[in-house]
This record gives sequence, C-alpha cells and structure tokens, in this order.
Amino acid sequence: MDPIINLIIFSCLGAAMLALSIMAVTSGSLLRSATYLLLVLLCTAGFYLFLNYHFLAAVQVSVYAGGVVILFIFAIFLTTSKGEALFKHQMRRYVFGFLCVAAGIGLTAFMLVKHRFLYESNTGMVGDQEISMSLIGQTLMGTGKYQYLLPFEVLSVLLLACIIGGILIARKK
Amino acid sequence: MFFIGIFGFITRKNMIAILISLELVLNAVEINFAAFNRFLYPHQLEGMFFTLFGIAITAAETAVALAIIINAYRSVGNININNLNKMKN
Repeated sequence: MDPIINLIIFSCLGAAMLALSIMAVTSGSLLRSATYLLLVLLCTAGFYLFLNYHFLAAVQVSVYAGGVVILFIFAIFLTTSKGEALFKHQMRRYVFGFLCVAAGIGLTAFMLVKHRFLYESNTGMVGDQEISMSLIGQTLMGTGKYQYLLPFEVLSVLLLACIIGGILIARKK
Repeated sequence: MFFIGIFGFITRKNMIAILISLELVLNAVEINFAAFNRFLYPHQLEGMFFTLFGIAITAAETAVALAIIINAYRSVGNININNLNKMKN
C-alpha cells in the first residue's frame, strides 16, 4: 500500500482512539462511557487490521466488542438507579492524577525521542504478508518450541474457574 | 491511552468507571505488544499470541469483577468505592 495512505489511516485511527478514550474516561454518564469504550475497542480492531493481524482483529471484535461491552452494559443497568448522578472526588485528587499522568507521558515521550523510534519505524514498512490461518492454528495447538498448547489449556481452565467463580459470587444467597 | 486509563483509574469514584479505565489500560498494552511484534520481529508470532492470551484473560477478569460489583451493589446499595469499607458485614 502507499506509505502516504498508510500514514493517513494510522493518524486517523490514532487520533480517534485518543479522543474516544479521553471521552470514555471523562464522560458524565456511565452508559455513555461504556459506548465510548466500545468505539475505542473497535478502533483497536481497526488498528490490528492495519497491522495485518486479521485474526487478532476478529478476536478483538468478537470478545471485546461482543462480550465484554455487553457485560458492562448489563452491569450498568443492574447497578445504577435512574437519575443518579455520579459522585466526584475532591479537586486535590484530580490535580494529583493529572500530575502523575503528565510525568508518565513525559517519561515515555523522552524515551521515544531518545531512542528515535519515531523516526525509524516509519509506518510505510508495515508488512504486507498476512499470517495464514493454518499457521495460527498449528502454533496454537502445537507442543514444540514457540508453540502454545499449554498456555491455551491453562487459559481454558482459567476461564472455567472464572465462570464458576462469577456464578458463585453473583448468586443470590 | 495508557495514561488516560490511569488518570481515569485515579479520578473516578464509581467502580464500573474504574473498570472501564482498566480496560483502556489493558487495551493499550495489547496494542503495544502487537505493534512491536510487527515492527521489530515481523516473522515471529510471540507478540500476537501474547495479545491473544491477554484478551482472553481480560475477558475473564472483567466477568469476575462485574460479578463482585453486582454482589457489592446488592449488599451495600450503590457502587461508590468509599462506601465499600464495611464489606465484612
């Protein structure tokens, strides 16, 4: 693809993601915040597509945008009563948080500039090779070096434990 | 995006809002994994699978956290973090 078009797509996605995540954190109502979160996650899926990770984009859309956000919306409906405003911390806490964030951003930007990632990794060099589905499947199910059967199984046990734990916690006494 | 998430984590009072901020943080980390894998080692798949497992773990964590929040709501009545210091009774 043309490097210029790549750069434009990248900038648009990045700007949209930043703006939407700021809105998700600062918006007044919880439901609106969850909607902005959904849009951020969709932008992330677009980003994975941009990086040619098609499988990752599909997983992102189905797991995050399909599952997690629905869970969030159900929980918001279950726990907020109508017309209830969000409580706010006192001002001191905002100032403190802003200082922390500014320090972190400064540190990251310093490291980026110092190591010249920004100049060398030009977005035109994003590979055009797509990872084949059979390679992903074999890597996920293999037992050799750089193959991931054991984490896969551990993860499935973890998910099972989470389901049982969630039912156990949220069940009515 | 990571730091926006941290800002929200510090400044929000509602537990669900805190969880949304946490999602933002994890998402930023996963983008980093994928992007560094693509730019530095384009012929290996480690970052991609790490991202994959990260997504699954995040889903599990969200499910458990929301179950806890719903339970807390049932026993306390609202979900602001300051009201949760009497969890034992």
